[in-house]
Amino acid sequence: MWIGGALADEIPRDQRRSGYETMRPETRAMQDSDADNPATLWVLDGEALWNKREGAAGKSCADCHAGAAPMKAVAARFPRFDAARATPVDLEQQINICRRDRQNAPPLAAESHDLLALEAFVAKQSRGDTIEPNREPGAKESIEAGRKLFNERRGQLNLSCAQCHDDNWGKSLGGANIPQGHPNGYPLYRLEWQSLGSMGRRLRNCLSGMRAELWPRDAREYVDIEMYLMSRAAGLKMESPAVRP
Amino acid sequence: MNFAAICVTLGLAVAAWPARADGLAPYEIVGDAIPAPLAGALGDAARGRAIVLDRQTGLCLLCHSGPFPEARFQGGLAPDLGGTGSRWSESQLRLRIVDARRLNPDTIMPPYYVVDGLTGVAKSYVGKPILGAAEIEDVVAFLATLKDKSK
Repeated sequence: MWIGGALADEIPRDQRRSGYETMRPETRAMQDSDADNPATLWVLDGEALWNKREGAAGKSCADCHAGAAPMKAVAARFPRFDAARATPVDLEQQINICRRDRQNAPPLAAESHDLLALEAFVAKQSRGDTIEPNREPGAKESIEAGRKLFNERRGQLNLSCAQCHDDNWGKSLGGANIPQGHPNGYPLYRLEWQSLGSMGRRLRNCLSGMRAELWPRDAREYVDIEMYLMSRAAGLKMESPAVRP
Repeated sequence: MNFAAICVTLGLAVAAWPARADGLAPYEIVGDAIPAPLAGALGDAARGRAIVLDRQTGLCLLCHSGPFPEARFQGGLAPDLGGTGSRWSESQLRLRIVDARRLNPDTIMPPYYVVDGLTGVAKSYVGKPILGAAEIEDVVAFLATLKDKSK
């Protein structure tokens, strides 16, 4: 019971499903075919950016990473926990950390085309890879912080993430199917957005719907929630860049 | 000059209920109901219907379905509103809209006439209930007319 401070029940492991499985066949087909998936435009731009020399250091991503092959399964293990800074780091933050520390280049703006493009290119190297629980030292604390936020009621409508995505997935919210809320396709092309977008954008959409105050763009709360969602999605396969309604 | 005389002089009404710190109209809960209309006046069913169907005002059809043929996209995570007026009295409906948590702390039903004790409310909504007292009375009046379970 909420009143006692306990948490709602999580979805049993054997019932966890990607949002892909409840999509219409046409939308699934769009995701499955690179030629039809609108996110491919971002992936191609991301590949060009991956190989482009940037910043005062005059280095490309590929120069350090020896091509793109080492990026295989990397997105399935993000966010990672940065023990030195005692903070979780998601893929877009990692891209900007590399730009600062390795390329000596200015950061790419959140939700900008170039950042989404690089993220989509990197994440695509993990397509089909299984999400595994993060066992890095310190990650547990971030996962628990995210779990708490996920279960906390917020906003004028006094809703928690869990009330929809744990307790009522599969039902209709104003005619739209409520998914389980897994993070296995980001960045993803949402038909509603007519654009590629990040996990953070999705979380801000939900917060706005709950009439809750948004955290600042770079707030740790978003990454803690992402950290928890990845642990909750352990066992699912990465689909980035996915297509969603 | 006493307090009442000052009020008369200034043209102020002396409220029968003590004012609440949160600015909302005071109400009394009896059992599982609020017997008296909020702010003293009964509502208008036609206005209530418009509020129930409006996705930015009442928000009802995000979660509920009901006998509203013109509303194409309806919710499926709360009871159908058809027959609501047969299941509940107006007094019971009033409490269920004002603050359903009084009946079930776990409910997903948002508290419509509450401004305190909420977490992380967006700045533009701080201090404002989801619906005002008169709007809630309109919705109560409309829901009370939904006697038939069939759509």
